[in-house]
Amino acid sequence: MSTVPVHTLADAEIGSSLWRDAWLRLRRNRLALAGFAVLALFILVAILTPWIAPYDYAQQNLDLGAAPPSADHWLGTDIFGRDLLTQIMYGGRISLAVGFIATAVALIIGVGWGAIAGYAGGRADAVMMRLVDILYALPFMIFIVLLMVVFGRNLLLLFLAIGAVEWLTMARIMRAQVQSLRQQEFVEAAVSLGLSPLVIIWRHVIPNALGPIIVYTTLTIPSVMLLEAFLSFLGLGVQPPETSWGLLISFGAETMEEYPWLLFFPGLVLALTLFALNFLGDGLRDALDVRGAKD
Amino acid sequence: MLKVNNLTISFTGREGIIRAVDNVDFSVVAGSTTAIIGESGSGKSVSCYGLLGLIPQPPGQIESGSALFLANDLLQLDKHALRKIRGRDIAMVFQDPMTCLNPYMRVGAQLMEPLRYHRGASRSEAKRQALDLMAEVGIREPAITINYYPHQFSGGMRQRVMIAMALINEPRLLIADEPTTALDVTVQAQILKLLCDIQAKRDIGILIISHDLAVVADIADQIIVMQEGKVVERGDRATIFRRPQHPYTRKLLASIPKGQKAPSPISPNPLVSVKKLCTWFKQHNETVKAVDDVSFDVYRGEVLGLVGESGSGKSTLGRSLLNLVPATSGQILFDGQDVIALAAGDLKSLRRRMQIIFQDPFASLNPRMTVYDTLAEPLLLHKLETRSSVAERVLQIMDEVGLARHFVRKYPHEFSGGQRQRIAIGRALATRPEFIVADEAVSALDVTIQAQILELMQTLAQEHGLTMLFISHDLAVIRQLADRIVVLHNGKIVEQADTTTLFEHPKRDYTRQLLEAIPGKSLL
Amino acid sequence: MWRFIGSRLLQAIPVLLVVITVTFFLIRIAPGGPFSSEKAVIPEVKAALEAQYRLDRPLLKQYIAYLGDLVQGDLGPSFKYPGRSVNELIAAGFPVTAELALYALLVALSIGVGAGVVASLRPNTAQDYIPMSAAMVGICIPSLLLGPLLILIFGIYLDWLPVSGWGDMPGDKILPAVTLGAVYAAYIARLSRAGMLEIMTQDYIRTARAKGMPEWRVVVVHGLRGGLTPVVAFLGPAFAGLLSGSFVVETIFQVPGLGRFYVQAAFNRDYTMILGATVFLSCLIVTFNLVSDVLNAWMNPRLRGRLGSST
Repeated sequence: MSTVPVHTLADAEIGSSLWRDAWLRLRRNRLALAGFAVLALFILVAILTPWIAPYDYAQQNLDLGAAPPSADHWLGTDIFGRDLLTQIMYGGRISLAVGFIATAVALIIGVGWGAIAGYAGGRADAVMMRLVDILYALPFMIFIVLLMVVFGRNLLLLFLAIGAVEWLTMARIMRAQVQSLRQQEFVEAAVSLGLSPLVIIWRHVIPNALGPIIVYTTLTIPSVMLLEAFLSFLGLGVQPPETSWGLLISFGAETMEEYPWLLFFPGLVLALTLFALNFLGDGLRDALDVRGAKD
Repeated sequence: MLKVNNLTISFTGREGIIRAVDNVDFSVVAGSTTAIIGESGSGKSVSCYGLLGLIPQPPGQIESGSALFLANDLLQLDKHALRKIRGRDIAMVFQDPMTCLNPYMRVGAQLMEPLRYHRGASRSEAKRQALDLMAEVGIREPAITINYYPHQFSGGMRQRVMIAMALINEPRLLIADEPTTALDVTVQAQILKLLCDIQAKRDIGILIISHDLAVVADIADQIIVMQEGKVVERGDRATIFRRPQHPYTRKLLASIPKGQKAPSPISPNPLVSVKKLCTWFKQHNETVKAVDDVSFDVYRGEVLGLVGESGSGKSTLGRSLLNLVPATSGQILFDGQDVIALAAGDLKSLRRRMQIIFQDPFASLNPRMTVYDTLAEPLLLHKLETRSSVAERVLQIMDEVGLARHFVRKYPHEFSGGQRQRIAIGRALATRPEFIVADEAVSALDVTIQAQILELMQTLAQEHGLTMLFISHDLAVIRQLADRIVVLHNGKIVEQADTTTLFEHPKRDYTRQLLEAIPGKSLL
Repeated sequence: MWRFIGSRLLQAIPVLLVVITVTFFLIRIAPGGPFSSEKAVIPEVKAALEAQYRLDRPLLKQYIAYLGDLVQGDLGPSFKYPGRSVNELIAAGFPVTAELALYALLVALSIGVGAGVVASLRPNTAQDYIPMSAAMVGICIPSLLLGPLLILIFGIYLDWLPVSGWGDMPGDKILPAVTLGAVYAAYIARLSRAGMLEIMTQDYIRTARAKGMPEWRVVVVHGLRGGLTPVVAFLGPAFAGLLSGSFVVETIFQVPGLGRFYVQAAFNRDYTMILGATVFLSCLIVTFNLVSDVLNAWMNPRLRGRLGSST
């Protein structure tokens, strides 16, 4: 309780916003914080790879061949004598880029589409969501495989194709949010004050819909990265000389009997990244108190 | 029959240990009704659930006490023995019949379950008893409805199913936790009567938990008043109502809406004139006529009460007046301008002059905006203040609605329900409107808070010369506030008259039913 | 109920039409014809081949003819395996994939529901943390990593189980089924835990306890029905996921199923096979989504009532 008489805003106690409360809750969640730290580290390494990679990406050493981890090659080398750590660092650039960019594509399309459908309501909403329903019923994994076959293994296409699958769920979540918010009495109160629809969306709807969107975005990134790994593993995604974690795992699996480290280390970084993202996503869901983030 | 002594129950939470129930004594005598009265958070429900082992432990813990029931101490029994008593010797009825029945199970199966489990009755035997009991509690055509799922019943019928389910093992004690709070007044009266009949017939003890003294006034023999986990007063009905000792009991009694507004002169020209208004919806290919051919006037300076039960269309009507819900046909003239036909720009300036206060103070404020943002928004929007002068005006509004100024930068979740409703009232009054729709504005509040908010609204209405449409299901509240009353039923107006006439000479049967159903008439 | 199924089937038709049309034209605009990889073909032979595959006709007519064949259930001849039809190839591969997917689904449901329900009974205790940590591991180790790891551990180091084939040796179905089912077991565990936690706080659960029902009955009879609703809703997407997941698992374990055929067809640019398999798999997925929807509606009396009587 403040004892100073309050005459201006500056005298008043500052309240604790929901964002701040969520942050305090998140800060108590060690797993989520650890996930965030791991993720930040991996991203930083991915960005700096061209400068900090221990070896040249394409540099082969056929005399050395596949060697287990050693002081020179911390994670060992592959059958061409290339440094595995370097390979994983460059592979991570692509795997993470796919994860983040495809998710961004999904986010932009999905949130826009869902917000418009939800706020417009009526016939526009029915038509727009009917389209989403139809697309939802499509066997998209098979479709992506098909696209990669037809148009060749093109990274840009991969981003777009994966983004195009994931936006559907994003659109559904956003629409559900906007629709339920629209019926909230505080939005009705804003209408009755005479605020314009754009201002209502901006000030009253979006800030309250952000929580689920943030959580779902965090949980979409790992599923996108899995999709990339899946395609690359089948040989339908990233192609040599470029590489990704999925591709490294695929090569590692071929020779795992003789050279298990070639499977183990790429698998470990992929699993670690997925752990980090899932822990962070779960932590955010609890902190932001989002229920059923999958639907 | 039941004698509870020194019951203390605590909960361990993040903020440490909280004593929800502190050293509480009460008893129930066979064939009589004991009522525990208290506001939300008083510990009235926890003390009863604790007896039956229905509070999760941890975080809950029963620290001390005894509860003698038929020579057993309930608090000393192990889980297994206690479970044998639950549903057989002691049965419960809960507040919200919508959520208390299993939606995935036919009511028949749910009814028979206690009988089959506790008494090992055969299927046919259980069914026979279930049918008899359904008929006894007034469920029509039990032979057919026994196969229904809960959603196929109305709220009142579901509560009858709950009561039948509680009675099926012929318990000695029935604990009823707010059994009529979620029901319409006419249904409430029926359920209360049913409870009385059952007691007379079967000679069971009833322990009723309620926040509503008026409800209890009709049926309780003994009354226990609880506040913040402690019993502050106990006594028989007459003593509690005639000679309350404790200040809190007096406050509760004083908060019961009673009395009638003194008739005030009404100007002859209407501010709002509703003509043949219809608001229809499409739902599952059916047209729902929420508001159907309604015409009435609201005169300048008057408070018009709009009363109706759930589904009567009263909220839709209120929202239609402000064009928050599009009307299907008809006219709404506000100071001569037709609200429905107005262009967006004109509507905006009209919106400054009419505002709404909603029922749920938890839903009607944007959780991400401070009090300052909430109150400043309308002022800046309608250019009533400049950026530099708005802060001072916001603080003045807070003074007006009785909020301490140092709360100005806090967020809605940091306030209690009553405080939030003050913020909502402040927002509605910020633009200095002439007309206010108050939609069940006090229904979600505890009775003492309700009295405070009603008083605030009355004062503000007089000070600002407001015209108000006060929507409520509660005739006692409306009577206290309204000059005239409109009764709405199934989207149509049943009767409209000034308050005195309506209460003393109701013309229609439906109005008479509503009046008779007002709980605690003896208090008015 | 039948009307509901009928209307859903009607809704499925445009979906399938979109799939067929898009796939058909995508493949036609794909770079490189079906025979371009082969050595110079005598013009007469080429013409004969093109006639056989109807490539000599205008595109639209090819499309209409293909649709006509489809209606009769004929997916056409394979480009790569002359003399064999796509129908035959699918008939050879699908039973294997179906069996694999079924086992994986059983693994996922039994482990997932069991672990989820057990965890939900005592939230925030070891009984919750252990299965849920396992589920998190399951989610973060995808099948493409889990498969090789299982081979390495159980096939090579321990030498307990065969590492490839399908039905050739006893026990060779275990590792593929576990690899494919693991992720779904993890998802289902999380879904059923969340579902049960939500349901067990409902008022009607308190009613059941107040009636003196023993705890097992409260959980099994009153809780499970509502608590597993999210799992039932997940079955449709899970099935689609299992089918595409079989691509990887069949490749890893060299299972002669549809998934492996599909991937091979993709590499070989066996366009009719890709087209046929895509159409076939889409039909399957659409059908399974429908089954999942109907099941979901059937489990909810509120929806069932609406299906039965009105509209």
